[in-house]
This record gives sequence, C-alpha cells and structure tokens, in this order.
Amino acid sequence: MQAPVGAMADAPSATPGPVVALKGVTKRFPGVIANNNVSAGIYAGEVHVLLGENGAGKSTLVGMLSGLQQPDEGHIEIGAKRVTVTSPRHALSLGIGTVFQHSMLVPSLSVVDNFTLGGAWWKRPDREGQAARILETAARLGLRVDPFALVATLSLGERQQVEILRALMRGSRCLILDEATAMLTPQEAVSLGELMRRLVTEGLAIIFITHKLNEALAYGDRISVLRLGKNAGEIGPEELRAHTDAENTARIIALMFGSAAGQGEAAMREPRAPGPVVLEVAGLTAGSGRIPLENMTFAVHQGEIFGIAGIDGNGQKELAEALSGQVPSRGSVRLNGREIGALTVGGRRAAGLRYVTDDRLGEGTVATFPVAVNFLLKEIGSSPFWKKGVENPQAIRAQAEDHVKAFDIRTPGVQTPVGKLSGGNIQKVLLARELTGAAEAVIFAKPTYGLDVQNIRATRARIREAAAAGKAVLLISTDLDELLELADRIAVIDRGRIRGIVENGPGARDAIGRLMSAGDSA
Amino acid sequence: MFTETFLITLFLGAVMAGIPLLLAGLGEQLSEKAGVLNIGLEGMILAGAYAGFLTAWASGSSAVGFAGGAGAGALVASLMVVFCVILGLNQIVIGIALTLLVQGLTALLHFVQFSRSYPRLDGMQSWRIPGLAEIPILGPMFFSHNPVVYLAVILVAVFAWIYRMTHLGSALQAAGDKPAALDAAGVDVIRTRALAVLTTGALAGLGGAFMSVAVAGVFIPFMSHGNGFIAIVLAMLARGRPLWVLGGALLFGASLSMTTALQVAGVNVPVDVIQMLPFAMVMLVLLVAGRKASLPAALGESFERGAR
Repeated sequence: MQAPVGAMADAPSATPGPVVALKGVTKRFPGVIANNNVSAGIYAGEVHVLLGENGAGKSTLVGMLSGLQQPDEGHIEIGAKRVTVTSPRHALSLGIGTVFQHSMLVPSLSVVDNFTLGGAWWKRPDREGQAARILETAARLGLRVDPFALVATLSLGERQQVEILRALMRGSRCLILDEATAMLTPQEAVSLGELMRRLVTEGLAIIFITHKLNEALAYGDRISVLRLGKNAGEIGPEELRAHTDAENTARIIALMFGSAAGQGEAAMREPRAPGPVVLEVAGLTAGSGRIPLENMTFAVHQGEIFGIAGIDGNGQKELAEALSGQVPSRGSVRLNGREIGALTVGGRRAAGLRYVTDDRLGEGTVATFPVAVNFLLKEIGSSPFWKKGVENPQAIRAQAEDHVKAFDIRTPGVQTPVGKLSGGNIQKVLLARELTGAAEAVIFAKPTYGLDVQNIRATRARIREAAAAGKAVLLISTDLDELLELADRIAVIDRGRIRGIVENGPGARDAIGRLMSAGDSA
Repeated sequence: MFTETFLITLFLGAVMAGIPLLLAGLGEQLSEKAGVLNIGLEGMILAGAYAGFLTAWASGSSAVGFAGGAGAGALVASLMVVFCVILGLNQIVIGIALTLLVQGLTALLHFVQFSRSYPRLDGMQSWRIPGLAEIPILGPMFFSHNPVVYLAVILVAVFAWIYRMTHLGSALQAAGDKPAALDAAGVDVIRTRALAVLTTGALAGLGGAFMSVAVAGVFIPFMSHGNGFIAIVLAMLARGRPLWVLGGALLFGASLSMTTALQVAGVNVPVDVIQMLPFAMVMLVLLVAGRKASLPAALGESFERGAR
C-alpha cells in the first residue's frame, strides 16, 4: 500500500491531488472484516482498477463510497476535504456516481422516467426535455439509447449504458463501475472498455471494479489490488506503462494470491490405463429440454475423466439433467452394469451417481438453510442424521465441521445460511456433498463457471482427486482449456448430439475444433 | 325480468355496493404499487365503518361521518406503516392481525355503547345534479348520487393521472419495483411507502363510512363482510390500472346487489345462492384473468438500505 504522498509524487506534475481518496478505511460485518485499513487515491483522467478475488472486499468499498454504508474507522476525502457520505443521494451531490453490479433502474419505467425519478413529486416530469438531453449526451459519447424504451426491454449492456449516462448527466466527476463486465457479453464488455477510455479523456475519474485480470490491464491506468480486505499493492500509471503485459500480469497475480500461487502452467493429465466401465450411456434421448438430446452413446471408465466440450446451450444442461434423472429420458443408463435409467433422482444417487450442478444457488443449495443442512439436502431423513424422523443435531454438526475442514470452506460457522457465502465457497459445499460417501460416478456441470482463480484451482484439484480415487467423472465444461487440462477423453456435443470423441493429447485441440464446426454432416 | 326498474335497481345497487370496493381497491392498488401488500384493508374498512357511523351519529352530519371514517382508516393504516414500512415486519402477518384487532375492537366498543341496539341514521340526501338528474332513466342512474360516489369516480381519473403523468407516479412505481433505485435517486422509500399506505387507509376508511353512513345507515359488527379481501383481489387483477378497478368494483357490486334487484323484479331465487355470487365471481375472474396478473417485484418486501 502506498502512502498517498507517494502516489501524488508518482502522478504527472500537472495532475492535482486525487478527486476522491480513501484514508485507512475499515469496515466490519458480523464475523468478518470486509475492509481493513484500505487507502486509495482516485485521480481525474484515470481508470483506477480495483482488483481482487471474490470476497476481497471490493463491493464493501463501493458501498462506502456510494453512501450505502459508513466506514467504522478511517474516512473518505473528496477534493482533499474530509466527508461523511450519508446516502446515495449525498454521494451523487458530492460528484460520485455509482453503477452497481445489479441494475439500479426500475424495469417497469421507461428510460426517461428513470432519469426523472427523484424530481419534486407534485411536478410533471419534463419528459421531452429530458429525452432531448439524453439523446444529446448519448450522441456525444457515441452511445445509442432510446429514451422512451421500457427498461425491461433493454439488454443488460444497454441498461448499463443508460446507468452510466445517468450518472454523468447528474454531474458525476467520479464514476464507479462495480463488476461492470460480469453480466455482459464479450462484445458488450469491449465496448464498455472503449467507453471508459473515452470518458477519462474527458477528465472523468473512473473506479473500475473487476476480478478479471485481462480487463484490468486493458483498460486501467492504475491498478490497486485488494486481498482479504486489505491493500495488497498498487501499480501506478508509469509503472504500468513501463512493463509489458506479461510482467504486469505476473506482478498482479503475485499481489492477488500471494507468492505461493504463481501462474504455473498446469500439467496435462498423465495418460493412464482405463479401468472397467462404470457409467455406460446408450441411445440416450430426451425431448423435454430446450435442446432435445438425440441418441447419445458413450462410456466412462473407472478413474477416467470424460469431458464434454461444446458451445454453451447445445444440450449440456439437458444431458446432465437426463443422467441425474431430473428430466425424463429414453435409452439406457447403466452404472456398474446395473440399469438405472428407470430410477428416480434419489434412486440414482443411492446407486452412486452424483451430480454437481452449475446452478449452485438455484437447484444446488437452499440459500436460507444453514451450511450444515445443505450438506444433507439430498439425504434429509436418513440416519444417522435423523433418527425416526427426528433431527440429530450433534451428528449433523459433526459431519458439517468435518466437511468444512476437509474442503476448506470459508464460513463463519456451520449454522450460517449458505446464501451468505461467496460463490467459491458455495461450490465447495456442493463438492463436499457430492464427493463424499459412496460415489461411483460424478457429473460436473460447468464446475468452475463464475469462480475466481483460486477457487477454480481448488475445484479442479477436487475433480482430479475424484478420478484418482477411482470414480468415473463426467466433466461438462464450456472452457476448452479446462477440458484439455483435466480430461482423458473429450466428446464434442453439438445441438444435442455427440459429434465425436477425441483422446486427449497433442492435436486434441484441433480435432475438437473441427468437430465443433463440423455442422450437420457429422 | 329485464325491466327498466330491474336494471335501474341493479345499477344503483351496483354503485352503492361497488363504491366501498372501488375506494378500497384504489387504495390497495396504490399500496401495492408502492410495494406494500396491505392485507389489513378489511380492518381499515371496518374501522371506517364504525368511526364513520359514530361521528355521523354524534354530529348529525354525514360529511363529518365520512371524514371520521377516513381518519379511522388512516389511523389503522398508521399502525401498518409503523410495523411493516418502518420496522419491516411481515406484511401478511401484521395485516391479518390488524383486521382481527379492528373486528374485535369495533364490536366491543359498539356493544359497550349501544348494547344490543342498532341506532339508525336519518336517510341520506343525495346530490341531484340540477338539470341532468331530471333526464329519465339516465338521471337517476348517473346524476343523483351521494357526493362520495362522484368523488370516488373522480379519484379514478386522478389516480390514473398521477400514475402516468407525475413524478409521484414514477416514485410509487419504483418503490414497488426497485426500491433501491428510488433510494439511489434520493427519494425516501420509507416515506413514499408510508404516504401510499396512509392514503390507502383513508380511502378504505371512507369506503367503510360509505357503507355504514350512506348505504346501511347503521353500524353492525363485522359489517365489512369480506369487502376488503375482494378489493385486494380487484387491485391485483387490475395490474396498476385504476379504470380496471372501477370496472371490477361495478361488476362485483352488481353481483352483491343482485338479491335486491331480483326481489324487485319478482324472481324467486334462494337468497343463499345469490349471496354466494360475488365470491363465485371472484373465483371465476381469478380463473380467467388471474394467471396474467403481474405484481411489483418488491411487493411484500421491506426495504433496508444496502441490504441484499
């Protein structure tokens, strides 16, 4: 963490002090210190990236700058004057405009009504005048916005542009973009980056919060790294320009994860002799999903990781649900030679088939239930955790504490509702539930989707462990690099069909690419 | 059967029975728009009926009665504001509790004061609009009513205008759909919701006073008789459109007043069957239109800044 004085010395001589500065800000929540003595300076004409993994305290920092929360210790300075930001409105009047990760527009109102929200209530909104101003500002920034469109009809990227526009038109000098690219398509993310660059040339200060390294390097002038709620370091504009992207990347990774977790090239999986067939799927056909599955046939051996590659939305979800028994299907599914295609979800689980869903908070866990109960979600009522229908709290607690330790789940306690944990920790809860006990075959659906680097690593290690322990692993992923790193064999799925199966090894990437683009001829 | 007398009786009955529904329904719509599911509506109507009757009886003026009814409704609503809007307690639980409280309290107070007698108010005078009221058929149907009837109909237009054309309308919509956005825009969500709920209480109370003072001329314990719940259904089905509340209120009012109209027409149908009509109507309408009902996203959720 650099002292603000040092930071000022770094800045070009023409630049005055920071527009907004955080001075030793600390914020505590029950059980956690979200921010611990964080300092940072935000300068006009700069995109200041706040980088950190999930749970590093980025959102809390935004909350304090935008007036949703007040720091417990330390303070915020605006134009070198100490201020207490009491409310979002106060933040706006101080020139801090925030675009939150989740849209803050009212979906049932038009764009222009969202802009006029907050006017004196007895007055009629000046819709025409406001619309003209919106169009004028949008044109200046190279954005296209229909002021009379209902917000609910806009895409997420368009909504974000509207929010940026609104923040600017209310006179923000410092714009905060909280995880702004998380919900965007890649194209939308790129145009957001370009917009940020245009805005800073107009003299605006931007705080861009992200956990994506490449975005930080592509759009940032100054990068601050947060780790476990503390400043882990800051890289100023000169330093950033003086080094290559690769050098900066290495430096940032070291800051984000400590020196222990370098960007070591993941070794490809050792080839191994396949064991006996564990999971055998033949002629699997299912018509109830969005993408009908047609005549899928494959087998997964003991100790093997069998990858399913393909562009998202080509039947991956449907395949996982058909195998786990969540949707009806025809054809044969055998586990260790036993036909399980006619069994219910519970029956298949009892037979040893496990499914780690990608919908972690939807079908994976019940957000309001404690962590301890979520471990047992698929076994409610079974002994020894329930005796004759009566809960046995000691057994549940003991098992939960074992899991928390074994899977390194960061939670204030086993009675904490699972919804309060970060995405990575929720995934660990799921893994703990599905990988323990008598698992024979495990289906992973996009297991690292939406996780940060460290949790991705931990999850991949678990998948490897599962295979090493002799389980048959079906790994459905849209990340080809992940499959090439983990899988023994990789099948390509396209519009509900298996287009081909490739042995992982040199040349696998090309072969998979060809199968993906083969189209209907296959 | 469909004689002139029958139709006029039915229409007038629909108006008399429909006005409390209309007022309460408009109020409920306002609350729901702002994100508060006001289950206490039944209690607010009943409080208005009791207080309206009492003040009208004591003062001898129906206008005072209406004001008293509205005030009592708002008073009950203020409890709703304290518990649900400010303290953020469960809206359904508090709403039911308020209804039960008012039911018991009004019955008790009425018993203490009047024992088992039910004093009557003098007949209500209506406002005959000069000239127009003399037109045959249309005159008695449209231009010879209690002032509250005209007020209620005017309110339909006023609310429609507020929702579409004013900042207040946008603010209410935001309070129900995305309160955090309203907060970020610098409007106090709690205050907006409190305003909506208090207005709801006043309107429901006025509706109750209309029942006891203008229609029945007497207060009978539990006389609101499910009107509040019908009004909640109306408001939900109307999906934010005041004109739909008017249509629905007249429809339900007509089925409520069917008994009288049929008796006037000399048709002999068991009373029980006819009294069942409005509730059968509710179910029918729910079956037909209920599936399309869309409610504000944050309906029933309390607002706390920065909470996720």
